[in-house]
This record gives sequence, C-alpha cells and structure tokens, in this order.
Amino acid sequence: MPERFVSRGFTGKRERAGAQAGRVPPGQHLTNDFPVLSAGPTPRTDLGRWTFTIDGLVKASVSWTWEDFQRLPAQGFVKDISCVTKWTKLDTSWRGVSMDTLFEHVELDPRAVALVAWCDGGYTTNLLLSDVLNGQAFVAYEHDGKPLAPEHGGPARLVVPHLYFWKSAKWVRGLRLVDKDAPGFWESLGYHIRGDPWKEQRYTDD
Amino acid sequence: MRRPLGWQIATVKAIAQETAHVKTVTLALPDWTAHRPGQHYDVRLTAADGYQAQRSYSIASPPERAGEVDLTVERIPDGEVSTYVHDVLAAGDGVEVRGPIGGYFVWEASTGGPLLLVAGGSGVVPLMAMLRHRAAAGAKIPARLLYSSRTLEDVIFRQELDSLASRDGLAIFHTLTRGQPKGWTGYARRIDQPMLAEVSRPLGTAAVAFICGPTALVETAANALVQLGLPQERIRTERFGPTGT
Repeated sequence: MPERFVSRGFTGKRERAGAQAGRVPPGQHLTNDFPVLSAGPTPRTDLGRWTFTIDGLVKASVSWTWEDFQRLPAQGFVKDISCVTKWTKLDTSWRGVSMDTLFEHVELDPRAVALVAWCDGGYTTNLLLSDVLNGQAFVAYEHDGKPLAPEHGGPARLVVPHLYFWKSAKWVRGLRLVDKDAPGFWESLGYHIRGDPWKEQRYTDD
Repeated sequence: MRRPLGWQIATVKAIAQETAHVKTVTLALPDWTAHRPGQHYDVRLTAADGYQAQRSYSIASPPERAGEVDLTVERIPDGEVSTYVHDVLAAGDGVEVRGPIGGYFVWEASTGGPLLLVAGGSGVVPLMAMLRHRAAAGAKIPARLLYSSRTLEDVIFRQELDSLASRDGLAIFHTLTRGQPKGWTGYARRIDQPMLAEVSRPLGTAAVAFICGPTALVETAANALVQLGLPQERIRTERFGPTGT
C-alpha cells in the first residue's frame, strides 16, 4: 500500500471548525450562508391548490390542503445540515410537522419499506422508512421564524437532517410508500442511494 | 459492473492565469475517463497530520482531450481549497481528485439543441466545456451564450470565446455589470427578462437551457425563461454562492 498522500504545503483553515469540528462530517466545511442548489427553475405553487398526499402502500391514502396541513401539530427544531456539495451549516432552525405525526393518519401496508418523496418541478428522492420515523424527518414550512422562501423549497420541504440535504426534497407535495427502495432523481444520476454524511456516502458506490 | 468512483493522484501539468482571480489548472490523470461536458471533479487536500478539505470544481476542457482535464478555479478570498490552488499549487505537484461527477447538468452534441447558455462569473466554466465540445465535435447545433461579468477584465476565456463565436451557429453576448470600457456596445446591466428575450428569441422555445452562476442570477434567468415559455424540464441550473439577504 502506498503511504497516505499529502498535499505539498497544505495546512488548511481548520481553525474555522474549532470546537465545532466534531459536528462537521468528513470532507465537509462550515458555512454561515445558506447556499441554494436546485436542478431547475424554482416552481411556484398557489397555496390554494397545494395539497400534501400520502399514498402507495397504505390502507387508505390521505391528503391535506394547505389550511389542513397548518392545523397539524407542528414543532420547532434546530438541526445541523450537510450538503453533498461539501458545506455544512450548524444550528439551522425550522418549524414543521414530524413525519411521525403524518404517519399517524395512515395505516401502513406491512410490505412498505421505503418511500418516494415527490415534488413540484418533478424532483423525487427515495428514503427508507427507517430513516424517517422516530423524529428523524419533517415536512417544514418555516425557516428562521419566517415562511420558507421558494428558492429554499417553500412552501414546504422535507428536512431529513441526518442525511445529505438532497434527501430533504424542496417543494415536496407527497410521499408514496413502496416495497422497494428504488433510486430517485439524484440517486439515479450517480449519487448514493442513502447518503449518510458521516459515512461519506456521496456517490453511488461510496 | 460499475467501478466505484475512486480517488487518484493527478499531476499538475500547467497552471494558467485567466483573470486576476481565476486560474486554470491542467491535471494529467493516471486513470482518465471521458467526462460529459458540465461535469465536475472533487478535489481533496490532505495536510501532513491527516486533516483534509474537499471542494468540487467544474471541468472546463472538452472530453475530446484525452488523459487530462482543465479545472478552472476562482479564488475565494476566505476560501480554503481555492486559495491553496491559487497561492501554493505549482506544476509538477500531485493533487488528489475523483470524478467525473454529475449526470444532469450535462450537454453533449448528441443531446441536440438549440442550446441556450447563461453564465454569471465563473459559472461560465462548465458551459465552456460544452462550447469546446461543440467545436471539437464539429457540431453545427445553433447555440447562444449570454455571459454576465463585472468588468471586461473579469471575462474568463475572453479571447477563446471571441474566436469560437466566429464559428457556425454560435453567438455570444456579454453583459458587464460594474463597468464598461469606452465604446462598449454590449449589455451593461444585470441579466433580466428583456435581455433573455432578445438573446433567446432566435432559438425559439425548443431550446435546451443551461444556467450557471450565483444564485440571484440563476433564479432571475430561470424564472425569466419560464415566463418566456421555455418548458421547465428543459431548463437546467447549477448555482453557487449565498442567497444574499
């Protein structure tokens, strides 16, 4: 085995991470901005026509209007987020509905193991049920105390903070329960099926 | 069976100063794979004690150039990897990279067109790979580039763009937002919908659009193209930088 490669003359700006270094996954660096990354134009959805649906492998599908969705029990939460493009942002503040709360409204078919989140604009991403239950995932509609801006996924987006942020689908409109964890949009284009930042699961075979 | 995307040690073949803040690093790759124009490489730096930093940089060169890639890098003043690339890296050095990466913001001559490219600042880099590929492949697909820079001195690849624009079917439009030389006849404002309407009109709404640059520019341009009737699934974007206020 060759010795570990060392970049000549590189020391790094590690002081930026400082005491927070333990919160930054491998290969990531801290940012105070909130960069915007999307594959296409920002969709605009009239809240009067917005719905959020859970269907697929459930006994009966359920759908909420925007008004109904606002009446669901919501919670504030503060999480660190990591984007596969290498930035990590600490202590981001959100308000939304926990996936656990949403799933109280459906009866899951025992065959359901994963879900496909689908969105305005055609984006999809796949998530294992084991990655979204027990307080791990939310549908958020506020960021930093304000309605979620369209370029950040408003009116509502998934927030699944323990996975790379492409899993936190913007402009989310529904969850379809499925019996097989099949790749979504980025997962079909070379990105990892699960995307755990602490395991640095960036690309397909990482 | 697909190979995992492994790290390899590339060798810096040359470094060229493009503008005051932008350099192109030519890397010779021991395990070269032809990329798709628009793709990027990840660069990983390792300090003697094992500390590492990674960033992604777009490929500027066309896939027709075998065995090597050009990564064109803007120096970010408080950056970590771009400052190393600009201030330390020299010809002959090794650099750990993996790629090519990215499967959506890509265009090949076989994709067809017409092709509408919109760039802000160093966002021109992946679009340059597309234009160089278009030229190398001898494609006659109608193409237009609208490129926003602060000043004429900040225009990356200026001379090459000029010479590419003399070829069949490619038109290039510059806008300079911070200052214009005497006698400037190009645009002199931030990209807006009327500008995009003028530039894109001859291509019609069958065009496929690639927009790369700072978030505000990409948001404006993508929204404007939707307004102008381009189907959203034919508008592909890549963004960098903060959202601003």
